[in-house]
Amino acid sequence: MKIFISFVRKEFHHIIRDKRTMLILLGMPIVQILLFGFAITTEVNNVNVVVLDHSKDDITRKIKERIAASDYFNIIGEVDNQENINSVLLKGDANLVIAFSNDFASNLKKGGDASIQLIADGTEPNQASMEVNYISGILNSVVSEGSNNIDKITIIPQVKMLYNPQLKSAYNFVPGVMGMILMLICAMMTSIAIVREREIGTMEILLVSPLKPIIIIISKMIPYCVLSILNLISILLLSVYVLDVPIAGNIFLLFSVSLIFIILALSLGLLISTLVDTQMAAMLASGMGLMMPVIILSGLMFPIESMPKILQYISAIIPARWYIEAIKKIMIQGVEFQYVIKEIFILSIMTISLILVSLKKFKTKLN
Amino acid sequence: MNNVIANRLTKSFNNVKVVDDLSFSVDEGEIYGIIGPDGSGKTTLFRILTTLISPDSGSCKVCGFDVTKDYKAIRNVVGYMPGRFSLYQDLTVQENLDFFATVFNTTLGENYSLIRDIYVQIEPFKDRPAGKLSGGMKQKLALCCALVHRPQILFLDEPTTGVDPVSRKEFWEMLKNLKKIGITIIVSTPYMDEASQCDKIALMQNGKFLRVDTPQNFINNYSGKILSVKSDNIYNLLEDLRTYKSLITAFSFGECCHLSSMYNEIDIDNLIDYLIKRKHKNIVISEIIPSIEDCFLSYLNR
Repeated sequence: MKIFISFVRKEFHHIIRDKRTMLILLGMPIVQILLFGFAITTEVNNVNVVVLDHSKDDITRKIKERIAASDYFNIIGEVDNQENINSVLLKGDANLVIAFSNDFASNLKKGGDASIQLIADGTEPNQASMEVNYISGILNSVVSEGSNNIDKITIIPQVKMLYNPQLKSAYNFVPGVMGMILMLICAMMTSIAIVREREIGTMEILLVSPLKPIIIIISKMIPYCVLSILNLISILLLSVYVLDVPIAGNIFLLFSVSLIFIILALSLGLLISTLVDTQMAAMLASGMGLMMPVIILSGLMFPIESMPKILQYISAIIPARWYIEAIKKIMIQGVEFQYVIKEIFILSIMTISLILVSLKKFKTKLN
Repeated sequence: MNNVIANRLTKSFNNVKVVDDLSFSVDEGEIYGIIGPDGSGKTTLFRILTTLISPDSGSCKVCGFDVTKDYKAIRNVVGYMPGRFSLYQDLTVQENLDFFATVFNTTLGENYSLIRDIYVQIEPFKDRPAGKLSGGMKQKLALCCALVHRPQILFLDEPTTGVDPVSRKEFWEMLKNLKKIGITIIVSTPYMDEASQCDKIALMQNGKFLRVDTPQNFINNYSGKILSVKSDNIYNLLEDLRTYKSLITAFSFGECCHLSSMYNEIDIDNLIDYLIKRKHKNIVISEIIPSIEDCFLSYLNR
C-alpha cells in the first residue's frame, strides 16, 4: 500500500510539473465546450436575406417586416430584377433571396396564384433547408392572419420539440464533447505515460524490482482518472451555467456511467501502450485511431440512423457511441436507471474485456 | 560460491546471434568486468542476467535462482543500473531516492550506511531535478538508487560512459568500497583503461567471450613485444606503420604509436630506415611493457 501511494504521488508529480501539458489537459475541455457552444453551431443565425418584390403591397410589406424582426434573419437590401438574384448569391452577400410575384396581395385575396419563390444558397444544404423552413413558418403565419376567408383555413401543425424545445444544438454536443474529451484524455495520456517510462528506460528499473505490474498500471491510471473527473465537472458546470443546458436526470447516475466510461478509456490506453513502442506512436494511435471514429461514428456529428448499415455496425463497437447515448438520455431526457441499462451493460462488458486483454498483454519483460 | 552461473546462453535478434553460446561464472564478492566494443552484446547479456529478456536457449542462475523460472525472486535481490540515465528527470534527487527505496520495500534510512559515501556527494543538490544534474552526479544518483535496497549483486551497464575522467575515477573507488562490503559487481565498459580495476575481465566481441582472465594474467600471457614509436609527423606515422609489413598492428596511444606483432620479431633498424624514407624526423623507438589495453587490442584484432 505504501508502494502504491508513493507511486501515485510520483505520477501526480509528473503531471503537475509538466505545466504545459496540464494546461492543455484542463483547458481543452473548456475551449472545446465554448467553441462548440458559440462558434460551431448548427442553428440558423444572422442569415442575410435579399428581397425581390414585384408587388410592393401591404402583405409583402408585412412579411418583410416580420422577417426583419426575427432574430434569425437580416434583410440587407432589395433587388429589382431576376438577373441580379444570382449575382448577390454568388458574391456571398446574401444566403437567401425571397421573390414575390406581381400583385401578390390581390391574388392572395382572390385565391389566385400568389406565389413566392425562396432561393437559397444550396452549397450548405443543411443550413439552406433550415433557413427555408424558418421562412416558411413566418410566411404561413402572416398569410393565415391576413386571410379572412373561412373556407381556406389551412391546417398548421403545432410542432412541439420534446426535451429541447428551442432546438439548441448544445443539447446534442455537450454529451458528445464529454465522450470525446474523456476518451482522449484517458486513453491518450495513459498510453503516453506508460510508453514514456519505457522510452526513457525507467521501465527497465521498475521491472527489475519486486513491483507487481498491476500496481504500476493502476497507479498510472489513477491520476488521469482524477483529472478526467475534474474535466467532467468543468464541462458540466460550463454547460449548465454558460450554455444553459440543464441536467435533467440523476447526477449520481450521470457520474456512475461516466466513471465506467473513464475506466474503459483508461484500459484502452493501457492496451495501446502494450502495442506501440514510442510516445509518438502512442499519440498517433490514440489521437487518430480514437478521435476520428469518436467524432465521425459516435453520433456526435452525424446521426447514426442515417448512416449506411455497415457503418452502423462499426459504430456499435465504438464505446463513445454508447456513452454518448446514455448521457443524452440521462442529461437531456432525464431518464431513470432502467432506461440506460442496455448502454451500461454494453460499456461494462467492453471495459472488462479490455482490462483482461491489456493485463494479459502487459509485458513483464522487454521483448 | 558462485553468484552467477551461465551455461550456453544464446540470444538472437533477427537471426543475428547477439549472445552466442556463452558460459561463464562469477564468484561472490568480485568485480567482474565485461569489456567490449559497442554492439558486442554487453547490454543484451545484462538484460538476460537481470531477467528483462529471456534467453533463446541455455540456462543461467543468478544468486541460485533460474533467470526464466524464478525471475521474480531474482528481481528482489539484484540492483540494476541501465546504460542510459534511467531515473525520473522531473523528480528531484531526494524524490527519486525515496521513490526507489519505497519500490524496493525499504527506506533511505534503513540502508543509509551503504550509500552514505556516495550520497554525501549529491546531498547538496537533493532538491534539484535529476535532469539538471551533471553527468557524473547523475551516475552517482543512479548508483544510489540501484543500491538503496542492499542488493546481493549489482549490474552496472556502462556506468561511466559519457562521464568525465575525475568522476570516473571516483566512481571506481566507490565500486571498490562496495566490493569490500561483499556485494558482487558485474560491470560493463567500453573503456579499456578501467579494466585493470576489475578482479576478472571478460573480453567480449560479437556475442562471445574471447577470453576471461585476471588483468595480471592478460598481461603476463601476452606474447610478443610492443614497440613505442614517436616522430615529428604523428599524423602520417600511424598510416605508414600500418603499411610497413602485414601481420603488424599499430594503434595510436596519445603522442606515440604502439606497434606489435604476434608472430615475428620486428627489426628495429629496418623500421627506422623505412620511416626515414617516408620523411619522418626525430624518430624514437623503445620497447615497452604491454599495458592491458595493448593486450585487448591485439586480441580483438586477431
